[in-house]
Amino acid sequence: MSETVAITIDAAEHHVAPGISVASALLNASVASFRRSRGGDARAPLCGMGVCQECRVTIDGAAHQRACMVTVAEGMRIVTATSAEP
Amino acid sequence: MTQSCDVLVIGGGPAGIAAASRAAEAGARTMVVDEGASPGGQIWRPKLTGHQPSVARQWLARLAASEATVSPRTTVVDLQVSAPRSFIVRAERSGIPTIIGARALVLATGARERFLPFPGWTLPNVFGIGGAQALLKSGTRFDGKRVVIAGTGPLLLPVAASLSAAGAKLLVVAEQSSRARVARFAAGLWNAPATLAQAARYRAGFFGAPYSMNSWVVRAEGDDRLRRVVVRVGTETRTLECDALCTGYGLVPNTELARLLGCVMRGSVVFVDADQSTSTDGVYCAGEPTGVAGVDSAIAEGQVAGLAAAGRASDAAPLRRVVSRRAAHGRGLDRAFALRPEIHTLAASDTIVCRCEDVRLGQLDRGWSARQGKLYTRAGMGPCQGRICGPALECLMGWSADSVRPPVFPARVRTLSSPAKTGDSAETSERNHDAPA
Repeated sequence: MSETVAITIDAAEHHVAPGISVASALLNASVASFRRSRGGDARAPLCGMGVCQECRVTIDGAAHQRACMVTVAEGMRIVTATSAEP
Repeated sequence: MTQSCDVLVIGGGPAGIAAASRAAEAGARTMVVDEGASPGGQIWRPKLTGHQPSVARQWLARLAASEATVSPRTTVVDLQVSAPRSFIVRAERSGIPTIIGARALVLATGARERFLPFPGWTLPNVFGIGGAQALLKSGTRFDGKRVVIAGTGPLLLPVAASLSAAGAKLLVVAEQSSRARVARFAAGLWNAPATLAQAARYRAGFFGAPYSMNSWVVRAEGDDRLRRVVVRVGTETRTLECDALCTGYGLVPNTELARLLGCVMRGSVVFVDADQSTSTDGVYCAGEPTGVAGVDSAIAEGQVAGLAAAGRASDAAPLRRVVSRRAAHGRGLDRAFALRPEIHTLAASDTIVCRCEDVRLGQLDRGWSARQGKLYTRAGMGPCQGRICGPALECLMGWSADSVRPPVFPARVRTLSSPAKTGDSAETSERNHDAPA
């Protein structure tokens, strides 16, 4: 499939395959820190099916969205814990 | 937004698809709610490339041809019995609060993976085994990645085969059970040649990597992400540099909604009669929540539940034999992949056990109950509501699951506070039914 979807991950533009999950887009972009735990550690998807809540990111301004349960869409803006890092 | 139906099926995997198809075909106004973007659940999750097994295609086509309404991207957060055989379900559909009234419920909520803590299991790129499969199907690339799979159960084989087909370099597939137990289980499949042949095909699919018994992950190491794992392979301890670790110890039935409704449990599974009816009038349950037994069992149970929920239990007689035969298969699985004692001792006192609240093993006291653990340390009180740490602490501390309280998933205040206008959902459904279009 040559067609791609343009999304921004922490303000950087990425072109990804349509139909993939936000979690997949982030993992394919080598994002390791989806969120920070209470103790400040990097966390990323574990269960891949909406249960563990480890992949939560901010999508189009809405916080705490499960990246594994959302499909990428043109113009989507994703903010991970990575961008909050020093 | 308020909707109503005769039969509400919660969960759109094989059991839910079968239940909804049969209920709708029997004439009941049927609705399926599912968290995914389209029906299929985990095992029939649509792949972005490649095709579905034919049994999945047949059932998805049957559901589409039925009158059942499918509500995707819908998460149930609370449900109540408003009157006998009258239910009010609160859900979020793509984040929008919605209320659904129903006369009968079919709980087809499937199962999740059991994770057991070990040092480093919270590092990014440590995935579930089914988790890696789900991510792969939703577009995560594993080509060129060095992958270790370590855990237990029949799920290791298909996931190893599909990761290998996707270009991953499998370093080892570690099964904690013994060769003798796995062989005994395989021998017991003599009357299920299709299952054996499938296992052989999966094994051929990752032929370049060792499939080692008596083997397990001891710890994971890394910095901002996973860099290497230490695995015990037979009598040897090996350190393997890798990009991903897939780990999981079998399946845990999702019984939260059944327990919220007060359905009687039998151990960790929902008690049902021959009609898949729970102890709560009008509530049926099918698939893994009644005992993990796989997809064929889920399809058979789903059909029985759907027919019974639609008031046509007598049509389900031929299906009941399949249900009992498959339940025996489930018990065989439990024996073959029972956890060895070493797996219970991997977590150190500074290993995080509750990932939501960052509670470490050393903060917990074996003398407590799960409830005390929550009160004293917040273990199990985070957004996953104990779905990950609950089964782990059951293994490590012997704690049985605490009671379930709504919301069963994090929800917007609006979802929980919007008034349920359907005081009596049955009455509302009549009104809606009679209203001119």
